[in-house]
Amino acid sequence: MTYLHFFTSARFWRGVLPALSLTFVLLGVFWLQPRAMSYFGLNLLFNLAVPIALATIAQMFVIAVNDLDLSIGSFVSLVACIGATWLNDTPLLGIAALAGCVLVYAALGALIHLRQLPSIVVTLGMSFVWSGCAVLLLPTPGGAAPDWIRALVSFKPPYVPMPLIAALVLALVVYFGLMRTSWGVLMRGVGGNEKALTRAGWSILKLKMVMYSLTALFGIFAGLTLVGLATSADANIALRYTLLSIAGVILGGGEFVGGRVSPVGAVLGAMTLTLTASFLSFLRISPDWQIGAQGAILIIVLALRAVVNRLEKR
Amino acid sequence: MTTEIMPPLIALKGIRKVFGAVQALAGVDLEIRTGECLGLVGHNGAGKSTLMNILAGTLTASGGDLEVADTNQGKGYSVQSAGHLGIRCVFQELSLCPNLSVAENTRIIHPVLKGFGWRKRAGILIMDQLDLIFPGHGISSGDIIGDLSIAKRQMVEIARAFTVTDTELHLVILDEPTSSLDAQVADQLLAHIRDIASHGVSVILISHLLGEILEVSNTIAVMKDGRVVDLRAADNFDRTSLVEAMGSTVVAEAAPRRDAVPASAKGEERVHMRPPGQPDDQSIRAQAGEVIGFAGLAGQGQTAALLSVYDGHGVLPSTGGEAACCFVAGDRQVDGVLPLWSIRKNIGISSLKRLRSGLLVQGEREQELAEAWKDRIGIRAPDVEAPILSLSGGNQQKVLFARALGSAADIVLMDDPMRGVDVGTKNEVYAIIRQEASRGRTFLWYTTEMEELDYCDRVYVFRDGVIAETLSGDDITEEKLLLASFKQVAEPA
Amino acid sequence: MKVLDTLTRNRPWSWSFLAAFLTWAVTAAYISGSGGLALASTALSFATFFVMVGIGQMFVITLGPGNVDLSIPSTITLSAVVAMMVMGGDNAMILPGFLAAVVVGALVGLFNYGLIRVLSIPPIIATMSSSFLVQSSAIALGRGVKIKPPSALEWVSTAKIAGLPVLSLGVVLFALGMAVLLNRTVYGRSVTAFGQNVRAAWLAGVPVEQIRYLTYTLSAVLAAVCGVFLAGFSGGSSLNMGEEYLLASIAVVVIGGSSIAGGNSNVPGIYGSALFLFLLVAMLNTFGAAAGVRLILTGLIIVGVVTFAGGRKESR
Repeated sequence: MTYLHFFTSARFWRGVLPALSLTFVLLGVFWLQPRAMSYFGLNLLFNLAVPIALATIAQMFVIAVNDLDLSIGSFVSLVACIGATWLNDTPLLGIAALAGCVLVYAALGALIHLRQLPSIVVTLGMSFVWSGCAVLLLPTPGGAAPDWIRALVSFKPPYVPMPLIAALVLALVVYFGLMRTSWGVLMRGVGGNEKALTRAGWSILKLKMVMYSLTALFGIFAGLTLVGLATSADANIALRYTLLSIAGVILGGGEFVGGRVSPVGAVLGAMTLTLTASFLSFLRISPDWQIGAQGAILIIVLALRAVVNRLEKR
Repeated sequence: MTTEIMPPLIALKGIRKVFGAVQALAGVDLEIRTGECLGLVGHNGAGKSTLMNILAGTLTASGGDLEVADTNQGKGYSVQSAGHLGIRCVFQELSLCPNLSVAENTRIIHPVLKGFGWRKRAGILIMDQLDLIFPGHGISSGDIIGDLSIAKRQMVEIARAFTVTDTELHLVILDEPTSSLDAQVADQLLAHIRDIASHGVSVILISHLLGEILEVSNTIAVMKDGRVVDLRAADNFDRTSLVEAMGSTVVAEAAPRRDAVPASAKGEERVHMRPPGQPDDQSIRAQAGEVIGFAGLAGQGQTAALLSVYDGHGVLPSTGGEAACCFVAGDRQVDGVLPLWSIRKNIGISSLKRLRSGLLVQGEREQELAEAWKDRIGIRAPDVEAPILSLSGGNQQKVLFARALGSAADIVLMDDPMRGVDVGTKNEVYAIIRQEASRGRTFLWYTTEMEELDYCDRVYVFRDGVIAETLSGDDITEEKLLLASFKQVAEPA
Repeated sequence: MKVLDTLTRNRPWSWSFLAAFLTWAVTAAYISGSGGLALASTALSFATFFVMVGIGQMFVITLGPGNVDLSIPSTITLSAVVAMMVMGGDNAMILPGFLAAVVVGALVGLFNYGLIRVLSIPPIIATMSSSFLVQSSAIALGRGVKIKPPSALEWVSTAKIAGLPVLSLGVVLFALGMAVLLNRTVYGRSVTAFGQNVRAAWLAGVPVEQIRYLTYTLSAVLAAVCGVFLAGFSGGSSLNMGEEYLLASIAVVVIGGSSIAGGNSNVPGIYGSALFLFLLVAMLNTFGAAAGVRLILTGLIIVGVVTFAGGRKESR
């Protein structure tokens, strides 16, 4: 394959699109608000991107096995509530509760696989359950994040703001684990061709349980980061994460089916979505249109991708 | 016969396999010796792929014994056991993950490829085999399978089956390995098969290309209707005797079936279509009252041609209106049956507009239609309210016929609908097709069964998506058909 | 046991009515006296809205795996806002307002279908993306405007005759009509065939793209109509009025015994489970259970019902 061929190939453009969109929005922000181009400004811009990026990665694991998690938002909210109550007051109970959540997720993966259930409905039902638990735990907004989490998320390293480092570390760790290790290959293989893995003697059940557990794990990271930044929690704190995380994965070049996902892209996608909100407010566009703008971006990206795919088929 | 001194590597004894009501394997006995290349031939549905799936552990036999190296494998035989015994299979439909790279797909079949540097080791492993088997292949280990051409994917899949890590390789099963390879690359593979067999690895080769089979096999087994019907050393076969062994030996019925439709019923032209890419001036034509056959090897573009007509291509405007065509599926579960419905609703779906009065579909009229066809076509069921899945495969197929014939469509498209249907049912349906044709309906009939072509006025033999030959009248003989089907093998380009 | 077996197979919806009746009986016994009748009447009122959106969602879900309409809540909100603005509290403007809401619904349906068709993306993502846009439009239009519904609309939405809500009578008739639409018309048959096997339906002569378009439009239009009545019922539109209908619309379909794998749905079950969902909440409130318990129970019921009913069995 010649270099020219590669740079005009659909795969190249699919891979580059997320980085381009982020750069585009970031330049827009800098142009409107040059003061954002500082340590403090970047910190402020990307602070809230970190929990969203973590939730997006969580969603990505489920999408990689051709499922969808409609409960991630309420799950992250529950984790935030646990973080602001049990984890602070009785750390052991808090850790046990979080571990229990991982087990529930693994069980859901097994249930969905064994009974061939639509993940959409099961996770939709679970979103009620997570929300219910969160409301029971924290009926009114409040609680307090443990000091160590607060210290962790407000840590100020020299030169480069913490959120950027966190995003970089997250992208690299997940990229290495899922895209480079021999076990990551199997997990992505489930989404690509289940039959091929079965024929090679692997258990789809176990692989799916692992993927769902990873979703829970990264959901927990997202919830704890969020509560650290917000210092207190409420039961609805992260409900919009469900839609944001799906949008982030798609923006990042992931496909709904076929196990084609990109951890780096997903992190970039989540950052782009967060940044869009700031961009629009700098543009003095009414916050009423923020969700709409996110929807529009999603549609535009999907439309671009459809165009790329159609060109490729020709 | 081959030497009897060496014990067989693998012995299959009375292997049976039943899918629901269909018997795919009816007791297969077969032995494979170390270093032997066994060619396996037979028509579609003869049971070759099912047998190989059992050997690879992906299907469990319903009965019979499977012995590997003198050990009976029993019920617990699985993919893992096959792997440990050094048995590999290249399946007809590829088992690669399209989202993974060449090296990553190699890792999937080798649990030992893990830890630091696995990617490099996997890459070397697969590239070595690719270089060995297909010199000049132009594939690199980092390529994503989904980005490769079908031919290159097939090369990767084949090379992967020959990679060796911790267990020794004893048997490689290749199911239609050359179906998407060009002649030159196919020759590379055949050379490799001969080479590796001389090094003591056994090979089972399934192919529709008889030339390949005759060229590399030591022994050839011919399968028909789930049994091995002929087994000889390859030297004792030639193309003609092989075709004879595969073909129907039953003498055709005495009655001249083709002339059953009176010429008077034939009339206006309804279909005139040229398959895209047709190199010469042959084209598909069909008149009212004609039964037109589509023949050739499976998957040579016959179904695509039917679907293209279904979409309205080549249907002359004088015919029907919006619903000029109806379709009788061959793959019942995928293309035909609406599984949650009764016989009545399954028949009625194609005639809903005629069954309305006002805005509502009249259940009674639908029931009349369904019952009339149930009687006429002989659907064996207590009543038309019985769920369609409670019927046997053949009766489900009759429901699909009733659906199509009960509709108002003038052109009936049939996509090899008699697959796995018993003889009695077939004869009943043939009679109805004849009646309907004499009433002026046009039938386009893709079939893989030779004797069905006896009912056709004209037969188009397909090869690579286009018409290879048009046969009509007394020219429609099994011999001419087989020759036309294997045309390019007989006269290499 | 045999009776139960027949019930499950032939009348999958009977369970939802049974469950609704039991929850009602338990609650009525607890509060005693005439409270039970009042509760039944309230349940009929609230169930009305669940039924309207639930039926639209049911048609969409009938289309088979992956088909679900997530834009229902935002459509409810937007159409309510638009209708209230057009009506402006004036009884004479009720019809134009209503038509405006229906147009909003039809446009949302067309947009959803267009995304699915043109971008070839899963319906869930298409309806989700469009719901973002619709919700934003509703917020932008409706912020700070609080228009009271015309008195006649308010009356229709809340009035009771002999203790029976007027609107609920209308919805019973509407549900009957929708049952006929599902079971007796060419459209209904086509939707059901589509959900069993799209390819087989196409090869049997069903115009599948047309059916898909009509179904997404029907769902959005019903959501829009629901929005208008909901605004009439609760004294105007509010920006989060659609929120609870996302989960509820899917829940009533699943609990009502329609197959989540598509191709097998029923209308009575929607009514039964709408009553059940409301009565369950009422019962838990009566017993003083916390809001969280309510949510958890609803969630577990949904997961339990799908697990029990099972997904699409793999055929060989």
